Amino acid sequence: MLEANALRKSYGKVVALDGVSLRVGEGETVGLLGPNGAGKTTTVSIIAGLLRPDSGEVLIAGSPLRGDTDPIKRKIGLVPQDMALYDELSALDNLSLFAALYQIDRATAKRAIAEALDLVGLANRGRDKVETFSGGMKRRLNLAGALLHDPQILLLDEPTVGVDPQSRNAIFDNLETLKQRGKTLIYTTHYMEEAERLCDRIVIIDHGKVIADDTLAGLHRMLPVTNVLAIELETPDGLRLEQLRTLPEVQSAEIREGVLRIGVHNLAINTPGILKWLAEHGHPYQHLGSERPNLETVFLTLTGRSLRDS
Amino acid sequence: MNTAFWALVRKDLRLFFSDRRAVVVGLLVPIICGSFFGYLFGGRKGETEVSRMLVLVIDQDQSDVSAAIVARLSADKNLAVKPSTLEAAQVAVRKGKATVAIAIPKGFGAAAGRALFYSGATKPELRVLYDPSHAMESGMVQGILSGAVMQSVSGEMFSGKGGREMVNQSLAEIDAAKDMPGADKKVMRDLLGSVQALNQQQDRAQTAGQPQPATGMSMPYETRAEAVTSGSGIQYNGYAHSFGGMGIQFILFMGLDVGIRLLLLRKSGLWQRLRAAPLSRSVLLGSRAVSAAMIAAFIMLVLFAFARLVFGVRIQGSLLGFLGICAAFSLMTAAFGLMVAALGKTVEATRGISIMVTLIMVMLGGAWVPAFIFPRWLQKATLVVPTRWAMDGLDAMTWRGLDVSAALPPIAVLLLFTAAFGMVAVTRFRWEADG
Repeated sequence: MLEANALRKSYGKVVALDGVSLRVGEGETVGLLGPNGAGKTTTVSIIAGLLRPDSGEVLIAGSPLRGDTDPIKRKIGLVPQDMALYDELSALDNLSLFAALYQIDRATAKRAIAEALDLVGLANRGRDKVETFSGGMKRRLNLAGALLHDPQILLLDEPTVGVDPQSRNAIFDNLETLKQRGKTLIYTTHYMEEAERLCDRIVIIDHGKVIADDTLAGLHRMLPVTNVLAIELETPDGLRLEQLRTLPEVQSAEIREGVLRIGVHNLAINTPGILKWLAEHGHPYQHLGSERPNLETVFLTLTGRSLRDS
Repeated sequence: MNTAFWALVRKDLRLFFSDRRAVVVGLLVPIICGSFFGYLFGGRKGETEVSRMLVLVIDQDQSDVSAAIVARLSADKNLAVKPSTLEAAQVAVRKGKATVAIAIPKGFGAAAGRALFYSGATKPELRVLYDPSHAMESGMVQGILSGAVMQSVSGEMFSGKGGREMVNQSLAEIDAAKDMPGADKKVMRDLLGSVQALNQQQDRAQTAGQPQPATGMSMPYETRAEAVTSGSGIQYNGYAHSFGGMGIQFILFMGLDVGIRLLLLRKSGLWQRLRAAPLSRSVLLGSRAVSAAMIAAFIMLVLFAFARLVFGVRIQGSLLGFLGICAAFSLMTAAFGLMVAALGKTVEATRGISIMVTLIMVMLGGAWVPAFIFPRWLQKATLVVPTRWAMDGLDAMTWRGLDVSAALPPIAVLLLFTAAFGMVAVTRFRWEADG
């Protein structure tokens, strides 16, 4: 359905994309995961025709995008990261305008607007000005604005930025509905939970390069550890991580958000030895738990940095 | 194309009118400014009082001549004459409370009379103190003063008491003069004898109760000022110019706002949404230009409608020409806004520079003060500014009352500027969204 081949884009001396390639099949949901500045938005902008790559090409249903007025653009719906709404106009007026941009006739537009508002749960707020909406409602309307011309591919550039958990769930529900309808979704985010919940396949981008492209299970297989022991110490001060990492039971060790996270092969076999070592070195624990490794761990493993720190 | 184009135009118009308070203020400010400047620059004929210039007179002579000079100055409709002392007058002029002060020194009347007949006599001095910021008014007062002095001195010399005494005294001096040639004595005796005979004739007539003709010198001409306008009975209306000027200024600011908003739009998700749609660049920029031009025309028409209803401003010339100039200026404003958006980098820097450019265009275009006040070289130099053509065109179609042919050059020039600005906008516009 969509193919991007060796995309390169520079802004002066800054290389934003350095040979990004990806393929997305029909009905597939692909997450573009990476820290801020990794090149996700640039990739989406090139696919949507907003930016011209320095080299490389984008094929939509096998055809390259040619010029501003190329009808192939009708196959794409863009949900920009920044809110793309006129606050002074009503939701209906906003959507009517967006429908007109795609030359949709009045009757079809009316039907499409009603369906889109219904999907995002704003059917009863159509006549209200957008400036009266909450952040979450605006995000949902932002999504609705990309659906009116019934695109086959939806480009979603961090569509949940700055929304409360309830609205985020509502947006996920909307996206899952669209997925069920067979839409192809390309979803950029730096929230690993979102990518894990929604995506069939995940492309990890860092410093303008694709560093991994696989299903969630496939990415997990790349990990050297399969379990994480999460230990809340009474006091982590003075803990010598380098010494801890030398233990045969320990695959990896780091302190993040005050919690000591230790990668182990087998929780049952490796945990007693680690707890004994901690007690002997004056670090009693308050709480003990375990975590499955997630995309954050994958990113950490691949880049040596955490998603949030990048 | 049409659906998207007109949808974008409608959207811009809706956005403009959605903020009613901004619309009202946007119209109210030029109306207030236009009314104020129109009143200052003459308003409607008969509406504004002639502002008399304060002139202080220090009469140290206290003679019939000086009294006559003060009376003649006081009779002039342009002057408000008040007696003063030299010290008080100096303070008043220095503080700018009075424009001019005239000091008539002691003995001025007699000395001026002698100087009138004998070129070799010492001429008395009139001190004229003036505010250097009003040099032009000082020149006008000196002109009026010359006329008043000539009339007063000659009148006194030919028929006044002092003049008679001077004639009698001069005849005696001539008879007693030993070094004056005989021929000269005869000529002077004849001249002064004639004056004496005229005085005696007037005395007899006065005794008999007959009317006295004016004596002395007088101005040998009268002036009749006549404003040349589009027709008889049609008066100059200062509001026509001021409303045109303020309309041009605030419409340019609106155009500036269009450019700034476009700059801001380029940084927003909306720009990405618009660019993601299958729309040509001409639709995106053209729709903004058309909506801006429509708003500009609306502002101009509302301002002139107000001026028509409240101040009686009329399109004395061609209505078609007037509408043509409004349309051409509106298009030029829209293109100006697009050019600002194309050349601007940051909003803050663009706003500062473009406000300065706009104010210079407004100032040089004659929107604040009519261009005919400018020095000749500046009048020619400002023809490179589009606002000058717009102002001249609006003046021509309103109070000058010229026909449509006078509107064609301004329309053509404004359309040329529109094309030039539009060309810069299209070629320099950065279409890729700011990352």
